[in-house]
Amino acid sequence: MQRIGVFICWCGSNISATVDVVKVAEAMKNEPGVVYSANYQYMCSENGQQLIKQAIKEHNLTGIVVGACSPRMHEATFRKTAEAAGLNPYMVEIANIREHCSWIHKDMDEATEKAIILVRTAIAKVKLNAPLMAGESPVIKRALVIGGGIAGIQAALDIADAGFEVDIVEKNATIGGRMAQLDKTFPTLDCSACILTPKMVDCAQHEKIDILTYSEVEDVKGFVGNFSVKIRRKARYVDESKCTGCKVCMEKCPSKKGLNAFNMNLNTRPAIYIPFAQAIPNVAVIDPEQCIKLKTGKCGICQKFCGVGAIDYEQKDTFVERQYGAIVVATGYKPIDLDAFNEYGYNDNKDVVTSLELERLMNAAGPTNGVLLRPSDGKHPKVITFIQCVGSRDSSGCGKPYCSKICCMYTAKHAMLIREKYPDTEVHVFYIDVRTPGKNYDEFFRRAVEQYGVDYIKGMVGKVYNENGKLMVQGSNLIDNEQVTIESDLVVLAAAIEPEPSVRKVATLLTASIDTNNFLTESHAKLRPVESPTAGVYLAGVCQGPKDIPETVSQASACAAKVIGLLVKDKLKTNPCVATPDESMCNGCSQCANVCAYGAITYVDKEFRIGGGKTEVRRVASVNPAVCQGCGACTVTCPSGAMDLKGFSSKQIMSEVEAICKK
Amino acid sequence: MKEVELKMKERAKALLESGEVARVVGWKKGDFCFDPSPATFETVDELNEFVYDYFCGANLSKYLIQIAKKEGKTAVFLKPCDTYSFNQLVKEHRIDREKIYVIAVECLAKLDIEKIKAAGVSVVTGVEVVDKDVNVSSPYGNVTLYKPDVVLTKCATCNKTHQVKDEEIILHQRPAREVDRFAEVVKLENMTPDERFAFWREQLSKCIRCNACRNVCPACSCVKCVFDNPNSGIAAKANDDKFEEQLFHVIRAFHVSGRCTDCGECSRVCPQNIPLHLLNRKFIKDIDTNYGEYQAGETSEGKTPLTSYTESDIEPNDAVNGEAK
Repeated sequence: MQRIGVFICWCGSNISATVDVVKVAEAMKNEPGVVYSANYQYMCSENGQQLIKQAIKEHNLTGIVVGACSPRMHEATFRKTAEAAGLNPYMVEIANIREHCSWIHKDMDEATEKAIILVRTAIAKVKLNAPLMAGESPVIKRALVIGGGIAGIQAALDIADAGFEVDIVEKNATIGGRMAQLDKTFPTLDCSACILTPKMVDCAQHEKIDILTYSEVEDVKGFVGNFSVKIRRKARYVDESKCTGCKVCMEKCPSKKGLNAFNMNLNTRPAIYIPFAQAIPNVAVIDPEQCIKLKTGKCGICQKFCGVGAIDYEQKDTFVERQYGAIVVATGYKPIDLDAFNEYGYNDNKDVVTSLELERLMNAAGPTNGVLLRPSDGKHPKVITFIQCVGSRDSSGCGKPYCSKICCMYTAKHAMLIREKYPDTEVHVFYIDVRTPGKNYDEFFRRAVEQYGVDYIKGMVGKVYNENGKLMVQGSNLIDNEQVTIESDLVVLAAAIEPEPSVRKVATLLTASIDTNNFLTESHAKLRPVESPTAGVYLAGVCQGPKDIPETVSQASACAAKVIGLLVKDKLKTNPCVATPDESMCNGCSQCANVCAYGAITYVDKEFRIGGGKTEVRRVASVNPAVCQGCGACTVTCPSGAMDLKGFSSKQIMSEVEAICKK
Repeated sequence: MKEVELKMKERAKALLESGEVARVVGWKKGDFCFDPSPATFETVDELNEFVYDYFCGANLSKYLIQIAKKEGKTAVFLKPCDTYSFNQLVKEHRIDREKIYVIAVECLAKLDIEKIKAAGVSVVTGVEVVDKDVNVSSPYGNVTLYKPDVVLTKCATCNKTHQVKDEEIILHQRPAREVDRFAEVVKLENMTPDERFAFWREQLSKCIRCNACRNVCPACSCVKCVFDNPNSGIAAKANDDKFEEQLFHVIRAFHVSGRCTDCGECSRVCPQNIPLHLLNRKFIKDIDTNYGEYQAGETSEGKTPLTSYTESDIEPNDAVNGEAK
């Protein structure tokens, strides 16, 4: 006979203000199987837990239901409470009468009625609960970092410094990411490369870090502590172990018309190239789309001139398969495509550039060797107009609904640097709002306005058009309530940033969730901001949301702390709520294995009695409980209902449905 | 068809005599000319009862689940549509392909005795098909019917070809033709939800829960059906009056979705003439629309749209269900 205890929490006034907790607790006393029902102000407090423990012992409870907040908050707490009182922790059910009830209702009677139904539903379920025991699984003490930008670099360095092996997988030919493309960094105006490249070198020299550039994650299997990852090493047509980075091949290559992506396509590079001077590894790569030899079979000049015989036109993509305990996603961002913003004339005018292009135009290693010259005629621009929020905070559907967060600061930086270096240049900035919270950030912006005399105009730009070689920027000045047209030589667009598109594939492989803007979702917006809801997967940098370098680095270090905390363990407790097949009903049809994202299901041939003293051998599913994550995909796919989930059996779910529908 | 039957019998005899197979699965004579039934032949003598004619509509592939468990190899005669079911069963590991010898046989569409009777011939003693003429002998005078009017519903829109064969006995090729098997589905889609509900309620309320559809369906091959499992939580509800109207057939259609080869056996065997195949075809049409053309049973390997995920899979909100808004 079941002896169920019910504990209704007030959560201060969080629940009790909308739900009559006394009435709920009283009503539960009449539910079949319930032998004890109480309410208390804070069930999660020491005293509240004591109340539960006492009741379990005094009333010999076989199961308990706590009507309180979301199980994501305190399910673990109450399981421990039950365990301390000698009850199996999986004989605890939470009825969420806060998030699912009190917080979303205003009417007390309605909310109370709903709370009663929710608690009754949990009672229906707990009656069918069975004691479960958690198993253990080993932890592979190696981490994978996907993305070799500043986020990935920082996370890798911190994890490696704690003594764990780390692999960085970077899809480009070098690590460094976006930060390597930046000229100066706000708010201190130190040179981006000067602070980034030492960290890149640290990575390369670290004995615990293995850098796999020009590589992509191809497949991920397994689970927290035990991931198995297949990595595609794209053919670079250059033997990484031989190339010395002497660049002779770059000089000799006859195909020099490739767009230089590192310089935002503002100049060209040879078909065989090293992305930039401080690239790591300092190894050339051949662009197969551009290489004459690879396209036509004729040429081979680089091979002839390579002193160490590093060129290999026959190279093919290879695959490596490695095991990891934890994975950090740091796939970064890209500026959005501006095709939907014809009004700014980006596609029609060479002198309308994005801010990232301006970074390259101002950088000493850029196409103009750091002299600010406009792309169309190579002349010094005398009037420069910046347009902020191009595609950010855009509810029209053309751009992004969110604030890209970094644009206000880098635009102030650009304006200031230009006024510093070329004091005869007039600089205008169109803005909707200037948002500069952060240490020394607002001071930085004010310096641009007050000390450097940058003309900030509050208002949006309607259009940019070319008139007699001048870029006419037509916008409104909301402060003076007038329309203005600024004759400019160069227009700089602060294009919104979006997650690097490859993140979708990565998220899919990792079964990590992603939001409508393709940002990876954190487990809890406030309390678990660097963890993905998928155990063992952590998020660093812009892949999780727009952020600047200091925030990215902090988040990367936070990720590292989480990864270290995981890898330092020898074993992990596994979730006992796993799938298990009823072999007598299993058809062996393989549908469950097809949908299993974790590869937890295999098949075995087993002998079954079929009556009349006879037996037959049937193929039946077998679940590896250490690998199963309890997602339940198999249980709903199984046509015969042979597959069931411990702790969430079909029978339990159906009894919950019945309890809800019961009048 | 007589020649084909003769050849089939010859092959069956040879295979049994040589010991190459332990048994042959085909059809045997019934009490009347129009009710042959699936049968297993283990000796040459038993082949006297063997028949293959225009009434051999039954899909033999599902029988192989049990038969293939027996000692030795089994030969089976499969019509084009049956081979899809066969492949699907091999794919789901329900049949060991190694133990089956598949002889592909010509079909040319099978006849529906119900339709012949409905055409006014109450007693049928023999049927001969010459091109598109169906000459029906009856003690009350012979009648000639137009073949497309009296073929099985599943044959009317069939364009299937043999997907698997170890050998074939095909003397007449079916002429190529254009068919639109979704025309009826589109009609249903164009109804308002109320009309559609009324349509299905009328149809499904005829159901007597004889389970013939489930028993004949090659996709319904579970060791134990959910409807027979007291722990499934739905078996008890099967006793509810409204259940067969509202849930049984819909749940069954969900269970076979993505696996149904559109063999049409469910509608053929339904004693109440419920057009059950239309439920399955709606699923097939939606899968085609949303995941690209897919024919279950075309191969015995590979991924199926509903149990595999690709990045290009349609997002739930973008799915097209073809229904009138």
